Amino acid sequence: MSGMRSVAKAALESVENLFERAFGPELNPMHQLGALGWFFYWIVIVSGVYLYIFFDTGIHQAYESLEYITNVQWYAAGVMRSLHRYASDALVIVVMLHLLREFVLDRYRGARWFSWFTGVPLLWFMFACGITGYWMVWDVLAQYIALATTEWLDTLGIFGETIARNFLNPDILSGRFFTLMVFIHIAVPLFMLLVMWIHIQRQNHARVNPPKKLAIGTLGMLLVLSFIKPAVSQAPADLGTVPTVINFDWFYLAAYPLLDKLPGLTMWAIAAGGTLLLLLLPWLPPRRREQVAVVDLDNCNGCGRCVDDCPFTAVVLQKRTDDSGFSEEAVVKHDLCTSCGVCVGACPTATPFRRTSELVPGIDLPDLGMQALRDRVVEAAAGLAGDARVIVFGCKNGPDLQRLEGPAVAAIELQCIGMLPPSFIDFLITRQHVEGIFLTGCILGDCHNRLGNQWTEQRLAGARDPYLRERVPRERIGKCWAGVTHNTRLARELAAFQERIKGLPPYHRAARAPSARQATERSDTHG
Amino acid sequence: MAKLARYTGQAVAYALFAVVVGYFATQPAYTYLEPGKAQIKLSFGHAGQHITDCRRLTQDELNQLAPNMRRPLDCPRGRLPVLIELELDGELLYRAALPPSGLAGDGVSTAYQTFAVAPGQHQLVARLRDSNRNEGFDYEKASGITLSPQQNFVIDFRPAMGGFLFL
Repeated sequence: MSGMRSVAKAALESVENLFERAFGPELNPMHQLGALGWFFYWIVIVSGVYLYIFFDTGIHQAYESLEYITNVQWYAAGVMRSLHRYASDALVIVVMLHLLREFVLDRYRGARWFSWFTGVPLLWFMFACGITGYWMVWDVLAQYIALATTEWLDTLGIFGETIARNFLNPDILSGRFFTLMVFIHIAVPLFMLLVMWIHIQRQNHARVNPPKKLAIGTLGMLLVLSFIKPAVSQAPADLGTVPTVINFDWFYLAAYPLLDKLPGLTMWAIAAGGTLLLLLLPWLPPRRREQVAVVDLDNCNGCGRCVDDCPFTAVVLQKRTDDSGFSEEAVVKHDLCTSCGVCVGACPTATPFRRTSELVPGIDLPDLGMQALRDRVVEAAAGLAGDARVIVFGCKNGPDLQRLEGPAVAAIELQCIGMLPPSFIDFLITRQHVEGIFLTGCILGDCHNRLGNQWTEQRLAGARDPYLRERVPRERIGKCWAGVTHNTRLARELAAFQERIKGLPPYHRAARAPSARQATERSDTHG
Repeated sequence: MAKLARYTGQAVAYALFAVVVGYFATQPAYTYLEPGKAQIKLSFGHAGQHITDCRRLTQDELNQLAPNMRRPLDCPRGRLPVLIELELDGELLYRAALPPSGLAGDGVSTAYQTFAVAPGQHQLVARLRDSNRNEGFDYEKASGITLSPQQNFVIDFRPAMGGFLFL
C-alpha cells in the first residue's frame, strides 16, 4: 500500500509541477483546492440569491421565469445563471480532486481523520444541492431527474405512497412541489455551510480564500465561459411525453444512467457502501501513532507561540496549574496532535545556545527531542570535512535526503521542516560548526503538515516569531522546497549553494559592542 | 520572457478548465429512451381485500377485554396480494403478484413499471385481482390504443372511478 501510495504521490506531484511552472508555488491551484471549493461555494450562493429574486415557483412559471432570466435579462441574471451553474460544476471538480489528493498524500489518517470524516457528508450535500437545482428549472432534464430520483427513492419502500406518482401526468403535478424544491435548494446549502465550517475546525489558519490573483483569474474564467456558452434550459417538461435524448450535466448526474440500468436497491447499496467505506477509510488501516508533543512546565511561560503555530489546533492555553507566576500554560490535546513538531520550532526556549546542562524546551517531541537534535547535528558537523561544510535539514515527507550526503554534507531528517527552531541555524553558523545550512522539504504552499515550510520562511524573513537573528549571514542559508520529485534539482541547488559559500570570506563573529558601563570604565582608565 | 511563458501557461490552464466545465455541463447527451419509441407506464397503489373477513365477537369474548377495547368486530389487518396482468397485442407484457406494504402486511400494494414499446396501434388489456378468488380477475379493461413516438401512456387504477384508467 505504501509503495503504491509513493508512486501515486510522485505521479500527482509530477502533474502538479506543470501547474507550478505556470502559476508558481503560491498560486498553484492544486495546492488551493479546498480554498477554491469555498470560493466556488460563495459564487454559487451570491449568484443564487440574485436568481431567486426573479425565480417564480409554479409548474409553468418556473420555466418561464428562467426563460426571462436567460433571454431577457441575459446581461445580468443570465450571466448569474451561468455563473451559478458553472461554479457548481467547478465545485464538484475541485472537491473531487481535493478528496483524491488528500487520500494519495495520506493526509486523512491518525489525528487528521476529523477533516476527512466531516468532508464525506459534504459530498451528499453538494450533490443534493446540484440535483435540486436542476430540478427547479422544470425542463426535460428536470423531468428526467424528478422521475429517476423519485423512482430511486421509492425503491427504499419507506414511503406510504409511491412518490414518483406525483409526476404521472400533468394533471397530478402540484405547484406546491416547486415551493418545496426552493425550500430544499436553500436549506441544503445552509446545512452544507455549517458542515463546511465544522470541516475546518481542526485546521489552524485554515485557508478558506484562494490567493487574490487566483480568485480573480478563476472568476474571470467563469465569466468568459458564461458569455461564450450561457447556461440555458432545454425544452419545457411535458409529463405526457418521455424525455429521450437529454443534455446531461455529468458532474452531478454521472450516476443517473446507472439508475436506469441497475436495480434501485443495488444502487442504494453502492451509495451506502461507498459512503461507509469513505467514512471508515482513516482507520483502514489506522496510522501508527507517534509520541505526541509534551509540555515541560518548568520551561513553558505560556507565551502561546506554539498555540498559534500548531497547524492542527492541538495545542491550547489554559490556566496555569503550578505556582510559577505565569498566568497560562500550553496543553497538548493528544487526540489532535500529529507529532509534526511545528510547535517545537515555535518555542523560544528550544535553543541550542542554552547553557543549562540539559536542553529541555517548553514543548518537545519525545521521539526527537531538541537535546538529541543538538547532539546529532553537532556530531554530524564534526564529521564533515572541506571548506563548504553544510548541514541539510529536511522533512520525512519531502525529498530523499540520503542521496545528498557526502564528505562535506550531512542530512538531518525532521518530522517537518517547521520543527526546526531558527536558533539552530544561528547556532550552527555562528559557532562555526558548518559553513552553511540548507533547508528542504515539501513544495512551498503544500506542506504535508500544512504550515511547516510557510512558518519557516516567515521565521527566516523575520516576519514570524521566533525570528532568525539578524546577525546570521543570510548568504549562508540555502533553500529548496523540492517535494518528492525534484531530487535532481535539489542536488544541483545544493551543489551551487556549496560553490557560493566557498567564495564567501570566512565567517567571523562580530565583536559585541561594549556596554555603556564598559565604555565609561575604559574612558576613565585612559583618560 | 519567462513571465510571458508563465502567463501563457496560466491562460492555457484556465482555458482547459473552462473547456472541461463547459463541455461536461451539457455533453455528451444521454439517451434515456430511443426517440422512435413510446412508453407505457403502469402505476397505481391499491389495497387488496382482507385475508379473512371480520368476525363478530361473542359476549364472553367481549367481557374478557378491557372496557375501552370492546369492539364488536375482530378484523385481521392482513391483506391479500394484488395480482396484475398486462397484455399487449395478445402477448403477456407483465404479470405480478404485488404484496401489501407495511410490517403487518396491511398496506397498499403498489405497482410502478415502465415498458418501451413501438409507437402505433396496439390492443391493450389490463387485469387485476384483489380478492381471494382462485380463477379470473376482479377488474379488466381492454382497449385499442394509438401511441405516438415519445408518448408516455399511463395505466392507473382507481376503483372509485371504475377500475383501470388509460391516460
